Amino acid sequence: MNRLKQLFDKKDKDILSVYFTAGYPTLDATLKIAEELQNAGADFLEIGFPYSDPLADGPVIQKSSEVAIANGMTLKVLFEQLKSLREKIHIPVLLMGYANPMIQYGVKEFCKKAAEVGVDGVIVPDLPMYEYEELYKDDFIDNGLSNVFLVTPQTSEERIKKIDGLSSGFIYLLSSSSTTGKALNVSDEIGIYYQRVKDMNLKNPLIIGFGISDQKSFERANQYANGAIVGSAFVKTLTDKDDYLSHIPTFVKAIKG
Amino acid sequence: MAHTNYRVTDKGYYGDFGGAYIPEMLYPNIEELRNNYLNIIAQPDFQAEFQSLLKDYVGRPSPLYLAKRLSEKYGATIYLKREDLNHTGAHKINNTIGQILLAEKLGKKRIIAETGAGQHGVATATVCALKGLECVIYMGEVDIERQAPNVARMKMMGATVVPATSGSKTLKDATNEAMRDWINNPVDTHYIIGSVVGPHPYPEMVSRFQSIISEETKKQLIEHTGSPSPDYVLACVGGGSNAMGMFYHFLDDEHVKLIAAEAAGLGVNSGHSAATSVLGKEGVLHGSRTILMQTEDGQVIEPYSISAGLDYPGIGPQHAHLHKTKRVEYVSITDAEAMDASLLLSKMEGIIPAIESAHALAQLEKMTFKGDEIVVVCLSGRGDKDLNTFMKYFNL
Repeated sequence: MNRLKQLFDKKDKDILSVYFTAGYPTLDATLKIAEELQNAGADFLEIGFPYSDPLADGPVIQKSSEVAIANGMTLKVLFEQLKSLREKIHIPVLLMGYANPMIQYGVKEFCKKAAEVGVDGVIVPDLPMYEYEELYKDDFIDNGLSNVFLVTPQTSEERIKKIDGLSSGFIYLLSSSSTTGKALNVSDEIGIYYQRVKDMNLKNPLIIGFGISDQKSFERANQYANGAIVGSAFVKTLTDKDDYLSHIPTFVKAIKG
Repeated sequence: MAHTNYRVTDKGYYGDFGGAYIPEMLYPNIEELRNNYLNIIAQPDFQAEFQSLLKDYVGRPSPLYLAKRLSEKYGATIYLKREDLNHTGAHKINNTIGQILLAEKLGKKRIIAETGAGQHGVATATVCALKGLECVIYMGEVDIERQAPNVARMKMMGATVVPATSGSKTLKDATNEAMRDWINNPVDTHYIIGSVVGPHPYPEMVSRFQSIISEETKKQLIEHTGSPSPDYVLACVGGGSNAMGMFYHFLDDEHVKLIAAEAAGLGVNSGHSAATSVLGKEGVLHGSRTILMQTEDGQVIEPYSISAGLDYPGIGPQHAHLHKTKRVEYVSITDAEAMDASLLLSKMEGIIPAIESAHALAQLEKMTFKGDEIVVVCLSGRGDKDLNTFMKYFNL
């Protein structure tokens, strides 16, 4: 059974997911960071596969992607590294990245490989619903992979319903229309938007992402959603190539409180 | 006989290419455009203002000039479509006029754009000044240095020029930065994309605004030759907007041969090239499925050409389709061939072309004509902006 579903069956609030870029700060960091995050208490992980032109990302994740590519990270290398993923990691793992590297790898092959190494889901921000449904949906379903779509404050109710229907796993609720790593919008409007989506009683759990950087923003997100995702704020702590693991426990603790 | 369809479907596809591969944050912006652009363009008051600005501000129709000495040299009847005589010096203004009127109708208060060499940036700054709208231009840090006069032009007209410092700091990164700006400013901002690239409906919308080039050419050919159909139509391709405008009304006229010249840089296989149709593979770039230059792992490769306007790692999705269906022949022209063609046109016709346009002219050298054939070359821009490059290259 899909580990994501198991997680959401067991836990319905204060879920913490952490994003990091594969191959950053060093090529072999991927699994070490994953293990340290699991030990520190992260509930699930999003491992980014880098792309040269990440247009939904702010400077922090852009930079980590650039370094990862220079380190030699590719999808081939990543799947090689992930062969031993399930030896130590038992929490759900999603892959996150852009459509082009996945298309070059071959979407069918990508899904097959992801399932083989024990990946539970995929987030591809620039793969829209229409193309997903027309071209790739079967590859995801055949391999038991959840596909996660994004919802923003500007997404219409009708479209949210459609997204809910096509999603399996959870819905990635953006704190605002922004690139990654911007400060969280704390206006009343954003609370109204969270509440509006919450009141739709969707079939998928809601996880809030973008702009979650500390305990305060994590708690606020959890008033409305089942959990939250930390990305840029975490990647920022990994700059030291020789000592990127030691800060992880304190970082996770600081977020969860 | 089944007729190949070169036009866009309602889902935004040209054959296998196109679509809107955009993050959800951009969906409302793109949907607003998609739902409204055709209606707005069709409105009589839009058309009236568009046509009047093209005539009195841009200076259209641009002449179709019979280049007699060039014709003698190559043994054909060669016409130049003089987009270089437009206000701001290139075809880019046709699109920015159209899009600024559209932005106004959509109630947008702020305009953003990407630029490589600065021609589209200048054309955007121009129409923003014309309409009194805030204008932010993203330009690669490397290009800002290479194209200082165009940066000064944009600033004189009131635009803010923001350096793109990510990635390779050139056109593709400026495009990423403009898209990031749009993600962060989804409500009041319109993004004027400068070529037939990006998510649907941009490629189609920009083609339509540029299609004035072939619309006029057909009428002018009737005046000159009695027939609207030439034997050959040539244009250069970076993203491909002047070529789409030049080909648009000839696409369904199958006996007009269409030729697009890409920049081979130092040679197609030199590792310093922008010949996308030869070196590229299918994938997704800047929101559309198309052909792009990329590594085996799907990372975008930085292209090279002496002409900054052809220095783009992809081509518009409609070009990808016209390439795949072989409706248009895509050829590669090196830096050296383009520079020679620039000098030749300057000396033989007294017209200094943009280096981009010289790529199309250079193809004439490689063709053999039967004598009475009619050829139209799109002279997409003038060479003033390239003087520094000419001075260095020719030791002037």
